[in-house]
Amino acid sequence: MGNSLNAWSDALAGFQPAGLPLGLLIIAAIPLVFIALYALTYGVYGERKISAFMQDRLGPMEVGKWGILQTLADILKLLQKEDIVPTSADKFLFVIGPGVLFVGSFLAFAVLPFSPAFIGANLNVGLFFAIGIVALEVVGILAAGWGSNNKWSLYGAVRSVAQIVSYEIPAAIALLCGAMMAGTLDMQQINILQSGTYGFAHFFLFQSPIAWLPFLIYFIASLAEVNRAPFDIPEAESELVAGYFTEYSGMKFAVIFLAEYGSMFMVSAIISIVFLGGWNSPLPNIGPIALNDMTTGPVWGAFWIISKGFFFIFVQMWLRWTLPRLRVDQLMYVCWKVLTPFAFVSFVLTAIWEIYVP
Amino acid sequence: MSNPTYTAIFYLFAAITVFSAAFVVFSRNVIYSAFSLLFTFFGIAALYVFLSADFIAVTQVVVYVGGILVLLLFGVMFTNNIMDTDLKTDVLHAIPGTFLFLGILAALLFTFYTTNGWMPSDTQLQGSVVERIGFETMSRYVLPFEMASILLLAALIGAAFLARYDNGGTNEH
Repeated sequence: MGNSLNAWSDALAGFQPAGLPLGLLIIAAIPLVFIALYALTYGVYGERKISAFMQDRLGPMEVGKWGILQTLADILKLLQKEDIVPTSADKFLFVIGPGVLFVGSFLAFAVLPFSPAFIGANLNVGLFFAIGIVALEVVGILAAGWGSNNKWSLYGAVRSVAQIVSYEIPAAIALLCGAMMAGTLDMQQINILQSGTYGFAHFFLFQSPIAWLPFLIYFIASLAEVNRAPFDIPEAESELVAGYFTEYSGMKFAVIFLAEYGSMFMVSAIISIVFLGGWNSPLPNIGPIALNDMTTGPVWGAFWIISKGFFFIFVQMWLRWTLPRLRVDQLMYVCWKVLTPFAFVSFVLTAIWEIYVP
Repeated sequence: MSNPTYTAIFYLFAAITVFSAAFVVFSRNVIYSAFSLLFTFFGIAALYVFLSADFIAVTQVVVYVGGILVLLLFGVMFTNNIMDTDLKTDVLHAIPGTFLFLGILAALLFTFYTTNGWMPSDTQLQGSVVERIGFETMSRYVLPFEMASILLLAALIGAAFLARYDNGGTNEH
């Protein structure tokens, strides 16, 4: 591969001018900058444009050519806004809510391998950490919803938490199928096991005849975990104004949105790492034309994992503007009576396949 | 682990753990206590990481923050008038309490200073901890593991039984 595994992040971790761990701070800052940039460009502007085209509209067109500067104008507006804390709100919880929420969505980026040469922390429990750290987001949502001292906020928070806690179960079992195929929870190892000269044929999705089932289950459950349509009942505009962030404005609102876009990329990256090869190139070597070798490397790895993540975010946006919202009871029905049993079935079938079929 | 950065981070997490735990005990507002518990659990998870037990650290976050803390918050939020009741955090029995505190402190310090060297294990850790834990739970500790799963299954069935609608029963209300 030319460069050894984690070459960039190891070099950064060793970068300690005057004994200060500056390199570690840079490692932590890279995903942060990435979230901010992607949320501004693809997240906000892209979503508005995509939704507009799907509904046969033009979307933002006024600020700049094709409305490209619209997001910058929005940011300027958000920065200037007065930072309002409602008088009857619980000041402390109202303020820490968005912070805890953002930290929860950002912590998972520590174990995402952005390239063969870059990962924040190469834990041997990486996948488990990424599933488990969502718990912090739950507490942040509850703090925001309770702290706002508003009926809609509290309803939204309770719905959101019930949904996240329930859908963690099928999501975790579905990812366990992928972990079983890999035999490890180490994110870089999972990626390495899916690399090969045939490109996409080495991805876990195409390695077993059952893998599409956990893939589909995790995709559906991940939509619910990030509160995206058709599972966006926590912020159902027609019932709850805006759910747990009804009372938020200005920068606190922006932080909540950054957290949401962060989680969207996080689940998209996890599904592409576990089932679609992460930073591996999907192109196969065709005889003398070594497409796979040409498109493999640290920079290409970053390109592939980010484009796979963006593809799943596009599917999330597409679904949002296509499907109607579920009711609360339908949501719980889908989770407990459809997804969870099928997740167990796929778990057993994957285990049988892994044991008896080499 | 003699790196000053690690030492600084260790003391940071130790301080977070201790102060948030003190806040849980001394706060008069039960919601603040519950949210403060979040920082305590996280500090303890970070201390597990310093002991190279990252699997236990992540399990701590999943079980305590994702399970117990959320359950606790739901319980607190769905209890009526919980914000009106003033929690008693007064000092009630000062002298016996002080004796108890000093006794426990003395016992802990005695154990800490008289234990001769913290013995490192004979077998060095090789490879992934997760794999070892998996093999051990499925071989040497399979009986406790199965007993725990039967207990959890019984709790699940009990919860489902308590929560279900009473259809076809004699008392309709």
